[in-house]
Amino acid sequence: MIPELGHYALVLALVMALAQATLPMVGAARGIRPWMQLAKPAALAQFAFVVFAFLALMLAFASSDFSVAIVTQHSHSEQPLIYKLSGTWGNHEGSLLLWVLILTIFGALVALFGENLPPRLKARTLSIQAMISVGFLLFMLLTSNPFARLNPAPVEGEELNPLLQDPGLAMHPPMLYLGYVGFSIVFSFAVAALIDGKVDAAWARWVRPWCLLSWTTLTGGIVLGSWWAYNELGWGGWWFWDPVENASFMPWLIGTALLHSALVVEKRDALKSWTILLSILTFGFSLLGTFLVRSGIITSVHAFADDPTRGVFILALLAIAIGVPLSLYALRAPVLRGGGLFAPLSREGALVMNNLLLAVMTATVLLGTLYPLLLELTTGRTISVGGPFYMATFGVLALPLLLLMAVGPFMGWKRGDVRGALQRLIAAGICALGAAIVAVWIKSDGPLLAPLGLLVGVWLLVGTLVEFMERIRLFEGNPARIWNRARHSPRAAYGMTLAHLGLAVAVIGMTGAAAWKSENIKVLQPGQALTLQGYEFKLESVQGIRGENYLADQAHFVVSRDGDVISNLYPERRQYLVQPMPTTEAAIRSMPFADLYAVIGEPDGKGGWIVRIYHEPLVAWIWFGALIMVAGGLTSLSDRRYRVGAPVRAGAAQAAKA
Amino acid sequence: MRRLIFLLPIAIVAVLVALFWIGLDPKRDKSALPSALVGKPAPAVDLAGLSDGAPRLTLAQFKGQLVAINFFASWCLPCRAEHPLLKQITAEFGVPVIGIAWKDKPEDSRAFLAELGDPYVATGTDQNGRTGIDFGITGVPETFLIGADGTVVYRFAGPLSPDGLREQLAPAIAEAKQ
Amino acid sequence: MRRLLALLAMVWIAPALAQEAQLADPALEQRARDLGREIRCVVCQSQSVADSDADIAQELRVMIREQIAAGKSDQEIRDYLVARYGDFVLFDPPFKGSTYVLWLGPFAILVLAAIGVAIFFRRRAAEPVRARELSADEHSRVERLLHDGPEDRA
Repeated sequence: MIPELGHYALVLALVMALAQATLPMVGAARGIRPWMQLAKPAALAQFAFVVFAFLALMLAFASSDFSVAIVTQHSHSEQPLIYKLSGTWGNHEGSLLLWVLILTIFGALVALFGENLPPRLKARTLSIQAMISVGFLLFMLLTSNPFARLNPAPVEGEELNPLLQDPGLAMHPPMLYLGYVGFSIVFSFAVAALIDGKVDAAWARWVRPWCLLSWTTLTGGIVLGSWWAYNELGWGGWWFWDPVENASFMPWLIGTALLHSALVVEKRDALKSWTILLSILTFGFSLLGTFLVRSGIITSVHAFADDPTRGVFILALLAIAIGVPLSLYALRAPVLRGGGLFAPLSREGALVMNNLLLAVMTATVLLGTLYPLLLELTTGRTISVGGPFYMATFGVLALPLLLLMAVGPFMGWKRGDVRGALQRLIAAGICALGAAIVAVWIKSDGPLLAPLGLLVGVWLLVGTLVEFMERIRLFEGNPARIWNRARHSPRAAYGMTLAHLGLAVAVIGMTGAAAWKSENIKVLQPGQALTLQGYEFKLESVQGIRGENYLADQAHFVVSRDGDVISNLYPERRQYLVQPMPTTEAAIRSMPFADLYAVIGEPDGKGGWIVRIYHEPLVAWIWFGALIMVAGGLTSLSDRRYRVGAPVRAGAAQAAKA
Repeated sequence: MRRLIFLLPIAIVAVLVALFWIGLDPKRDKSALPSALVGKPAPAVDLAGLSDGAPRLTLAQFKGQLVAINFFASWCLPCRAEHPLLKQITAEFGVPVIGIAWKDKPEDSRAFLAELGDPYVATGTDQNGRTGIDFGITGVPETFLIGADGTVVYRFAGPLSPDGLREQLAPAIAEAKQ
Repeated sequence: MRRLLALLAMVWIAPALAQEAQLADPALEQRARDLGREIRCVVCQSQSVADSDADIAQELRVMIREQIAAGKSDQEIRDYLVARYGDFVLFDPPFKGSTYVLWLGPFAILVLAAIGVAIFFRRRAAEPVRARELSADEHSRVERLLHDGPEDRA
């Protein structure tokens, strides 16, 4: 009964979306106020219906209602509750519903908190948001219905893929989608502005919080995915330049560029048409990602062919959703003339360079991801584009970007003093060089990018700290005054400092983990030990254990160094109830400067076990750095100036109330 | 000129959409890695026979005629599924099929053939798997078509199906015969 | 999506922990491991043969060690594999005719974009925004705005 209601709710949501997509848009063009005002209740109603449908689906999973097809395919009655719930979005249909839910959440938020928006802009924005909804709701209802039923209902389910039964991957889709789909509202704002023919500082102000929120959650979502891979896949890797990963990375890169160029629009009334273009492209990359992942166009050898109808539908969605706005852009953008003049060597200039580098980096990732497909379709040959390509291109491009990031904040608007900035960064330069020298001394035969990565990471870290110290004049006056200055420093500035700092820490971590990782593999009998980098891993025992929905071989390692016991590690090899393949649970001991990573494999039949251990330096810095970046985003979001939008004059507000 | 710049994004998107449209063509065979050996001379084969007294298997014996090589193993489930179709290759198209057991114990391969029938004109055992890698197989079962001049004409990866036989292998055989 | 995950489940679970003899010489063994990381497992979802549990990956790891022990160089082993599996088997795409666009693309894009930015700066320098006097109409509009608030507030 409830799944039927959920299905019906989706249909009702579609009807609301159709109304919301058409009437307010026409109303804005013709000045019909009631039609424009329809956008708000329509958005809220759409949200209500979709939430209902989502909760209905979640209930089906939580109660193991196997009459619903996807519950049978992706759940099992003995799973822990959290994985029953996360199974809701651990499949194609359910994750689509999550997509639409977040689309409608953002629409509803703009409807509720957009009281200060000019009515035409608000109506058009909500209309466009609804158009996207219509596309995805149709896609769901026509090709990927989450509420499809099985009759008769099976007695037991086929179990959620064991790889997904992990807390990191349970939360990864919601966070990722908040980011991905969050950029849809920026997209809608941009297209509305194009129709309006006006982009100004006020527009940039309204858009900024949505941009920040999406960027922050997308950062979190991507890192959660990496963290999951590190913990779950068993060989200490955390990024593979896989098409699916790249699909989430590209919107992040372009979204970062957007965040920075919107700043120039807001502060200096310049870079308008570029910012509009970026707004369209960021969500465009999100849609591209959806297409790449769900259409089955990029698959590996010996993979199953996915449903071609779905692929065609998403492609059509992609083509219309990006094609129409970009055509509008080609027509309207030339009239968006900027006002602020600035010298090339200025903060605006630095932000232009930032955008240039980020855009080229995004194009590089896109090229690498699509090239095998392109080559295959034109010549029939297949190649692989993996890490080495990206490091040589993307990695090299990242270096000047990171160098620039420390200099930019020192530059003034309109005209900046580069020499002065570099003088203040001498300390950063010395630290950076020192770090690079240390890197070469530790491992002189590694890749060149290792000491370079460390150099730019440390440069950015120290440079950002120096800028912060200078801004609050950390060494001038008494502590009370210093504290006062620190308190009154705008939150957005703290946000910038934290975000840049976080990136620096993460880059240092990535460099260390990639360049200085070491491993050891052996067959061990209980009682034997294995050493790596001065750490001794002694296999004490291997026991069989039973978890909530799996059986496992659990090994007990005692890790010691110079005779002192540092840690006990318990890696497992799990066999879940239904899925035939075993999964590994690595045991990781995270220390500030390195991770110790132990994995247990198959028994050799003679009482011994295959064991693999890793020593991976600075991995924790990656997660920590990402966390700091997210904190930076949230700090900026909490800045009152961005939440309020454009201010309303007291007189007008009173007149309106009268 | 300035206007043209603004057309660049939509132009690029149009190209990409066209690319994707072609890529979505259901007839595109995404599952098969094209064999790098097609058109090149087949690697040398020199393997022990399946039973103890059996003669060694070499490809040279078959020079001058069109022949198929089927890599299989007793532990491979899809091999069981495709087995009945192997007789058809000889019966319907007149192409003899050589069987190479890949990474399989000879006694297990013998039992497999005893149970399901022996469609092969000759068999060999590739216990260390090296011959398979020489042919660039990606797993078992895989079937190769070797021309009369000893070059690799075609490679079918995965288990044969009636459709696969009819739509892919048959035309390849017909072409090779010309 | 589900099938993709099923595929992942089948070939992306345990890291390569099957038993095979390691080379006695640690330097050669390290070479074997490094090379194993460069070679793509042809039946997996972007895993290297060093990391994959698939049968063919195991075979390739053994074969790599055999050839290293037999004195073959890294490049000879790569060539051997490419001759049989195509360029697909290497994670590092080769630099040849079919991949010029791939390798040179990023820097070509960088150069084009940099030219674009340079033109942008040139053009801005050439057309300064000229301030002009406000007309009487615009003056009264300014007065009204300052007094009553923005115009299109509903």
